[in-house]
Amino acid sequence: MPDATVILDALAIQRALTRIAHEIAERNARSAEVALVGIPVGGDHLAARLAKILAGIWNHPVPVGILDTTLHRDDLDHRIAPTVHPTDIPFDVTGKTVVLVDDVLFSGRTTRAAMDALNDFGRPRKIQLAVLIDRGHRELPIKADFIGKNVPTALDETISLRLTEAGAAEDAVVLKKK
Amino acid sequence: MSWTKKHLLDIESLTAAEITTVLDTARGFKAVGERAIKKVPALRGKTVVNLFVEPSTRTRISFELAAQRLSADIVNFSAEASSFKKGETLKDTALTLQALNADFIIIRHSASGAPHFLSRVLEAHVINAGDGAHEHPTQALLDCFTIRERKGKIAGLNVTILGDILYSRVARSDIWALTKLGAKVTLCGPATLVPKTFEQMGCRVTHDVDEAIRDADIINLLRIQHERQRKTLFPSIGEYTQLFGLNKARLARTKPDALIMHPGPINRGVEIDSEIADSGRSMILEQVTNGLAVRMAVLFLVNGGKVPVEPVAA
Repeated sequence: MPDATVILDALAIQRALTRIAHEIAERNARSAEVALVGIPVGGDHLAARLAKILAGIWNHPVPVGILDTTLHRDDLDHRIAPTVHPTDIPFDVTGKTVVLVDDVLFSGRTTRAAMDALNDFGRPRKIQLAVLIDRGHRELPIKADFIGKNVPTALDETISLRLTEAGAAEDAVVLKKK
Repeated sequence: MSWTKKHLLDIESLTAAEITTVLDTARGFKAVGERAIKKVPALRGKTVVNLFVEPSTRTRISFELAAQRLSADIVNFSAEASSFKKGETLKDTALTLQALNADFIIIRHSASGAPHFLSRVLEAHVINAGDGAHEHPTQALLDCFTIRERKGKIAGLNVTILGDILYSRVARSDIWALTKLGAKVTLCGPATLVPKTFEQMGCRVTHDVDEAIRDADIINLLRIQHERQRKTLFPSIGEYTQLFGLNKARLARTKPDALIMHPGPINRGVEIDSEIADSGRSMILEQVTNGLAVRMAVLFLVNGGKVPVEPVAA
């Protein structure tokens, strides 16, 4: 693939996640109230990795969930039906500080859908947003609280996260021209 | 993702990948039914019409709940209280419903091919909820979902369908779906209800029940459909039960992990022994739960069965 550029390699991803975890810890003094919720595909694995790092910082396990946003999307009438992933939130979100974890922040529509979807499970005290990549081009008034890397992009470029958990040979974030 | 169809008319025209897409999608919807808030906004503002020209309770209620859990509005239209009694044709009835801006028409009809006919004259999405003795696609999809969930796979399993095959749309849809997904299907029942011609669909036909269930991983029992039989095809219900009914003695000679399915409504003491129906090996109630998830998945997928209006953002 001539137009594919690795913008984060395995080590850089690890560093970014470690830094995000410390920022989450710094921002949230009441560690027992924090739960991570990953958005598939990609964010679910990142949430699991962040939870592991945070457990090391706080010396207690951090609850992790998976939240599928497909059924709350605003473009369902304009496309082939997207893949529905199972949602699994094994804790009560009410009163918690929920950190939504996504791989790439783009239009902001997935985040909007995630906040709506989360409401069906209870009323979190706070919702924060952690993303590995912020590529710009927001279409909604949404902003991430924790960002691994800001990557200015053109609209005809795609960013994909490859993780060993999802079968990749090694972790990488790849930028491609369409 | 491999679903681009606007309607669900039958299983015969689906690919294995399309069937698998429905089953994968249904997994997500099953979880929705287990939440405190069992509703998602995926079909908000859509109108679904249950056009049941042939009576049905469980399938109609299942579709009704499926539509409601997707936030669609649903109207029930039944033959008894309708304009069919006054002589209106199916086409005119369907066009009238479409003129009320129905987005989905779920049809059950005693005539094979009625859903296919509607799909040619309507703009709305058409879903077959059973047409004559032809097909009942959502039943086959929920059967496959249930088998896959309990056994972890479908390919390579021995599935025996026992009972009234000749008049059964469930059997036809099940045979198509299971053989496409790689199961080995055996049909069994009285020779008058299980003709050898079914072997053309890629399954095995036998009239020896003990042989049919001996190696089965799944035993799918079908109800004797009195209403579809024009003449008596076997001497008596008592004889059928004796020769083909699933009783404890027969079940003892099956594989210990063989599971029992039945699309309902069951006739206790006829095709299935009452205790077996209530046992841990019976998946009958799980099938009902899974049917709801599968029907949500079907409504969701056919809604997307259209050419994308604009490129999809990541």
